[in-house]
Amino acid sequence: MTYEGPRPENDLDSAPFWEGANDGKLMIQRCGKTGQSFLYSRGLTKDIDETSVEWVASSGKGEIYSFTICRVPSDPFFADQVPYAVGSVTLEEGARVLGRLITDDLDAIAVGQQVEVDFDRLDDDLAVPVFRITG
Amino acid sequence: MSRDPVIVGVADVPLHERGRAMPGTTILGMQRDCALEALGEAGLALSDVDGLCVAGFWGMAESPAPGAMATLQMAEYLGLHDLKYLDNTNTGGSAFVVHAGHAAEMIRAGICDTVLILYGSLQKSESSRKLGGRRALYTQQFERVAGLPTPVGGYAMAAQRHMAEFGTTRETLAEIAVSTRAWAAMNDNAAFRDPMTVDDVLGAPGICDPLGRFDCCLITDGGGAVVMTTAERAKDLKTKPINVLGHGECTSHYCINYMPDMARLDVARESSTRAYAMAGRTAADMDLAMIYDSFTITVLLSLEAIGLCKPGEGKDFVAGGRIGPGGEFPVNTNGGGLSYCHPGMYGIFTIIEATRQLRGDAGERQQDGLVHAVCHGTGGVLASGATLVLSNDKG
Repeated sequence: MTYEGPRPENDLDSAPFWEGANDGKLMIQRCGKTGQSFLYSRGLTKDIDETSVEWVASSGKGEIYSFTICRVPSDPFFADQVPYAVGSVTLEEGARVLGRLITDDLDAIAVGQQVEVDFDRLDDDLAVPVFRITG
Repeated sequence: MSRDPVIVGVADVPLHERGRAMPGTTILGMQRDCALEALGEAGLALSDVDGLCVAGFWGMAESPAPGAMATLQMAEYLGLHDLKYLDNTNTGGSAFVVHAGHAAEMIRAGICDTVLILYGSLQKSESSRKLGGRRALYTQQFERVAGLPTPVGGYAMAAQRHMAEFGTTRETLAEIAVSTRAWAAMNDNAAFRDPMTVDDVLGAPGICDPLGRFDCCLITDGGGAVVMTTAERAKDLKTKPINVLGHGECTSHYCINYMPDMARLDVARESSTRAYAMAGRTAADMDLAMIYDSFTITVLLSLEAIGLCKPGEGKDFVAGGRIGPGGEFPVNTNGGGLSYCHPGMYGIFTIIEATRQLRGDAGERQQDGLVHAVCHGTGGVLASGATLVLSNDKG
């Protein structure tokens, strides 16, 4: 099986994230000085000590910060998957991560719901984090 | 005093058949035509221009796209050989509002005297706007793989967060689209002029919940020009000069997931605070707001952030046609990106319309007694904010 949809172009800043996903771990970055967590972009953080940043595994638990139900696909590859939900999830550690929301009832999704990470294996080299609604 | 920056000329591309430029129009030619019209109404010529600002995404299929070096391409095409100030700043749709701020300071400082700001796009005629096939790299790798349509999905998440925090409804967003359409009915150049109701907006196909078809800006061709010079030079020109009293800009993120607070447009709060402070004015002094309406939620977030109302109170500000024709506070009197045109980077049209309104040249949609206008541009996925405070009175 070869996945032909959008494929992340790994770089030095994101390779640990995708390697972790392939091993079933949600990897995020943490500043050793302030303890703040983030992923790739420092957009949500201040006063990062660049020399102390390390990759750590997240608990994978968090809550929905916001979401949208996509009635149109972002890419022709996803055309037969609409409607689908994409959420911005605030993890317990504080980092905000984007991923598909997996549920049987799209209409019941709400800001603030609890979620837990799972991984959608797309091919031998690529697994993508998704979030199941738990409460 | 004499070097205070003013706007002396504006022009926008005539559109036909629901937002198409005339067949045979080129991306460079449409900008030349606008430049000549905007300079001409002031009594200026290309030979007077010594500053040039351009931004665009022309020829996106090629690499590098010609629009990536837009100022060089346009300077060559227009035969401008001794420019003292070039500005290719591309902050997305806010770029031209940013340009006007930069140009104001270059003029004030005596670096140059007369600046031409240009924009052109044929994205509808060339069917060049596509969602698919975009590379999943840098911070965007996460949203591409997750399948978030950009930019609409990002704006939809901001709308969803605003609803969760403030109880905003789809009806409130629809009111914005309806008022904007009513203004468009008075703009001969608007792509969509048929009356529209709240029910029309709510019943339209969904795109990314909670945003439906009519919550989203159009996809059209279009372009425009703005000419700025010194107040001293303007004394000899044919148009009524419009003063650029203040400007400000700000940015906070690139991808929507890194927007610090999706329910509050912090970049607009910051850029407008800077613009009002420079102008020595407050939001309460504004008589007209021209706000980049990429989506209905963009207007709501902007109104709250630039101080026309408080966060969460936008629903009252736009209710019952308050921002439409005959309402208490005119917003987007040209019909906006929602109903007039949206060629991809709309910001320049906020300046063009505000200038016409402040000069008294807005025809059927002219508002009486205007003194101050605020223009606010948003770029990227709520990523960039740029604000101008304009006035027809130096005060």
